Amino acid sequence: MLRYTLKRLASLLVSLGVASLVIFFVIEVAPGDPASFMLGINAQPDTVAALRAELGLDLPKWQRYLEWVGGMVTGDFGTSYTYRTPVAQMIADRLWVSLPLALYALILSTAIAFPAGIYAAARRGGAGDVAVMGATQLGVAIPNFWFAMMLVLIFAINLRWFGAGGFAGWDEGIGPALWSLTLPAIALALPQAAILARVMRSALLDVLGEDFMRTARAKGLTKGQTLRRHGLRNALIPVLTILGLQFAFLLAGSIIIEQVFYLPGLGRLVFTSISARDLIVVESVVMLLVFAVIVVNFLVDLAYAAVDPRLRSRT
Amino acid sequence: MSLLRVQNVEVGIGPTRIIKDVDLSAGAGEIVAITGESGSGKSMTALAIMGLLPDAMQITGRIALAGEDLLAKSEAEMCTIRGQSIGMIFQEPMTALNPVKTIDDQVAETILVHEGVSRADALDRAAKTLTRVGLPQDRFPLGRFPHELSGGQRQRVVIAMAIALRPKLLIADEPTTALDVTTQAQILGLLKRLTAEDGMSLLMITHDLAVVADMAHRIVVMQHGQIVEQGETQTLLRKMQHPYTRALFAASSHEVSLPEAKTDAPLLRVDAVSRDYRLPRTRLFARPGSFRAVHNITFDIHRGERLGLVGESGCGKSTLTRAILGLEDVQGGSITMDGDPVFTAGRPNLNVRRKMQVVFQDPFGSFNPRHRIERAICEPFHLLDAPPTGIARSDLVAQTLEAVGLSPRDAQKYPHQFSGGQRQRIAIARALIIRPELIVFDEAVSALDVSVRAQILDLLAELCAQYRLTYLFISHDLSVVRTVTDRVLVMQSGKIVEQGPTTRVFDAPQHPYTQSLIAAAPRLPKLEGLFHA
Amino acid sequence: MKRSLILGAALSSLVVLAALISFAWTPYDHATLSIPDRLQTPSAAHLLGTDHFGRDMLSMSMVGARTSIAVAFVAVGIGVGLGVPLGLWAAARQGGWADEIIMRGNDLVFAFPSLVIAILITAIFGAGAINAIIAIGIFNIPVFARVTRGAALPLWAREFILSARVAGKGAARISVEHILPNIANLLIVQATIQFSLGILAEAALSYVGLGAQPPLPSWGRMLADAQTMVSIAPHLALVPGMAIILTVLGLNLMGDGLRDWLDPKLRVSRA
Repeated sequence: MLRYTLKRLASLLVSLGVASLVIFFVIEVAPGDPASFMLGINAQPDTVAALRAELGLDLPKWQRYLEWVGGMVTGDFGTSYTYRTPVAQMIADRLWVSLPLALYALILSTAIAFPAGIYAAARRGGAGDVAVMGATQLGVAIPNFWFAMMLVLIFAINLRWFGAGGFAGWDEGIGPALWSLTLPAIALALPQAAILARVMRSALLDVLGEDFMRTARAKGLTKGQTLRRHGLRNALIPVLTILGLQFAFLLAGSIIIEQVFYLPGLGRLVFTSISARDLIVVESVVMLLVFAVIVVNFLVDLAYAAVDPRLRSRT
Repeated sequence: MSLLRVQNVEVGIGPTRIIKDVDLSAGAGEIVAITGESGSGKSMTALAIMGLLPDAMQITGRIALAGEDLLAKSEAEMCTIRGQSIGMIFQEPMTALNPVKTIDDQVAETILVHEGVSRADALDRAAKTLTRVGLPQDRFPLGRFPHELSGGQRQRVVIAMAIALRPKLLIADEPTTALDVTTQAQILGLLKRLTAEDGMSLLMITHDLAVVADMAHRIVVMQHGQIVEQGETQTLLRKMQHPYTRALFAASSHEVSLPEAKTDAPLLRVDAVSRDYRLPRTRLFARPGSFRAVHNITFDIHRGERLGLVGESGCGKSTLTRAILGLEDVQGGSITMDGDPVFTAGRPNLNVRRKMQVVFQDPFGSFNPRHRIERAICEPFHLLDAPPTGIARSDLVAQTLEAVGLSPRDAQKYPHQFSGGQRQRIAIARALIIRPELIVFDEAVSALDVSVRAQILDLLAELCAQYRLTYLFISHDLSVVRTVTDRVLVMQSGKIVEQGPTTRVFDAPQHPYTQSLIAAAPRLPKLEGLFHA
Repeated sequence: MKRSLILGAALSSLVVLAALISFAWTPYDHATLSIPDRLQTPSAAHLLGTDHFGRDMLSMSMVGARTSIAVAFVAVGIGVGLGVPLGLWAAARQGGWADEIIMRGNDLVFAFPSLVIAILITAIFGAGAINAIIAIGIFNIPVFARVTRGAALPLWAREFILSARVAGKGAARISVEHILPNIANLLIVQATIQFSLGILAEAALSYVGLGAQPPLPSWGRMLADAQTMVSIAPHLALVPGMAIILTVLGLNLMGDGLRDWLDPKLRVSRA
């Protein structure tokens, strides 16, 4: 198990290294010089040069890459070109909205999808199965941001159960903060839950066809016992893969959903930074998102090993 | 009184009957074998007794266990009977166990679902049961997962789960079909011992008549969902009434007479060949280890010779085959044909390739399902500098199809329109069409039913007479190798442990491994007079 | 399950038809502003109403279908065109360095959701429909590479492939002659799914301003415009929303139907 973990960890570090290189050099080829952009078209060449030096833009590329990566490791993401404030602080503030939102949505999605998928698989071909599958077919087709607009229209504007947007802030207490994240989380979670429920169902149906399920029945287990004791854990293996992928989609999706609800999260930060050509912020946010995806995949790999003993013993 | 009585059982899906009018019984301590070819309904009968038929099937009749009609029981009642009064063993030990649970857990589960005992007690009894089936804790500590065990050991775990509560009836569905002969002998011995010790009834489903003759007190022969004949083993073997029974037994011990081999110069020369596989790295920067699958093997095949290669799974015979076919390079030694290497500088040598063809085991995997038969059997033309075209090509296709007993019209059909035996004929046609010097038969009849297998062996003998074939016949089935080869190599753990004329090796094996292999192989008793009846 | 195929195909062709007709005819010019007619609810004159500039919603939706279909189609084309050969190559060299590099490359791209790629591209080149195509297309490459490799690997172990190798055929030839025809069904189904995901992704990118730019109409942009007015004119959000949902639903139903119809194994088990 230790060897497996170390191996995964090594591959995690390699992925992070390559991803950071890709991001850095993609941003590097971006046309336009941040210094002249910040100072406007009328700036004097020597002022621009001074600012370039101050921002470290005059250093060789490889050195700037190393400084960027080194900085990120120590929590120093550099200084925003437009706001002249530390990027790390800006991101940290926004992360307190985006991350809880993504997690909230992940929990909701799992809480809806697992029972729905198991129910449909157990009632295969029955009315319950058809109903759940029909609902998921629709859920997969609905764009989450449109669904969010509809939620706002119904629950915020018409019923007035929620505010139409904005974020209460964690200082006001956990309750109001979570309440203001509830509609966005539902909007994010439902389409993902539809996908997850479908995967759960088909994974279970695949396992139901396995020989060991028949063996379990021959021991005298009822259909339900067989499903619970032997089916679920084996079905979890493909479900985990999707769960890992979903986190990436939820995090990316939260960037879009924030636009609907005017939430001060990473999404708002990244879009304002793009229009202000504040590339150092864009670069850091993108790196952070990619970092999150890679780390979640690493955790999924560890979860695989926890579920499947065959992985633990293989090298 | 019989413990198990099956009366007038019929099983069907909609209007089609799969099992018709089945009557059989088994007494305590008795071993009853149900035999027949694929599709005979023997496994369905077993599932019917277990009450585990697919939902879509309907069943009528009466299945009584110790006087109680199982068909009258509710599903909940059947759950208390399965595992408690009836145990069942399945064919495929590799997939019959849950991969994510330990073996003792899985055995203990049988006890836990039926008896209100503590988990510790159940695990304790599971450990005792595992010891009883030959997996003592000093060699097989608790907490092992199925993937850490071999096929034979896994089958022992499955048996432990089935007998943990000492059921009155044990049903074994092809329990040794997936296992090597020596493992098969051990598992059959175990089943015999457990039946005697516990006074169980053992209902054994198997297609292997040699196993049946060796194990069973009573034999039930099924064909197309019906019982054609049943009786005491000795009586039935002496006096078979039904023609199908006779045909089945005749096909099982089918022998062909090959024309006299006229061998001359060596054709294929395997000289000191070794083949290594790299093992996955165990440490990040350590050199990866390697596994020597084939170890310093030397032999020749002469023109006109029919050579056999036998060995159990994992002995390296498939690796050797792939090296001979030039599919993989070797790490030591050389393989040459008429002096040319089959593999030069990392590439297969096409001059040699066109002198060699192969027939594989799986009649269903051997053809691209989207290509017509003509295209499939003409594939080796790729090796020729000037392949025949137009009329010459279609004439050759027709002629080759006829040579293997098919019709020229079959050229335009797709593989799925043929049965397993017919596909194996097509595979032989594909191997023959460029008139290779050497044909490799890689377990070519192992997946076939006995009667089909007998026909293919006959075809092989005919082709030998017609074309003077040279071939290498690789198989785990000793009885087949015995009848279709002149000389045989016996392989164990990557090495050839014995070789010589087939009759000499089989009648007077020298090496202990060959001896154990031949001793373990179940054999049909000589049934004189039967074959010409 | 034939029903879902027919329903899905009908819905999808309806959208494609609307997009095609829009080249020749739309009820009104989709770009003409007419402030006096603004924010009309659906009526005989404007079947789907008008937006806040008085543009005809039906005309905009028809032209918007063009954008969505074009972006998703080209993005699937990129995915198939690059992903399938890469997947075939990786499968043919299973365990070799080519396989290793392709699969690691795949994992790397998977760490960049298409939204992130779009953010990067937009940050450099500015927003536009082409960038949306590239962003979605890049993400499609590993999807197809993985599906192709996954389906091709078990085929490589099949005996008919070994026979082809014994017949002296090389990996490229075997991939085209034997592997590709046997995984084509799967790829068609996957293409349908990626097409529908592409429609969703294009809408999302355009909604946040990273995709199609004005004056090019797009369903995502129509939704972005609708957002501030959703309380007074819900039809502004409902029309493009339903257009997206029906298109994606149609494609998904068609994909499911195709899978059942093309997969002989499933057909047998259903019989």
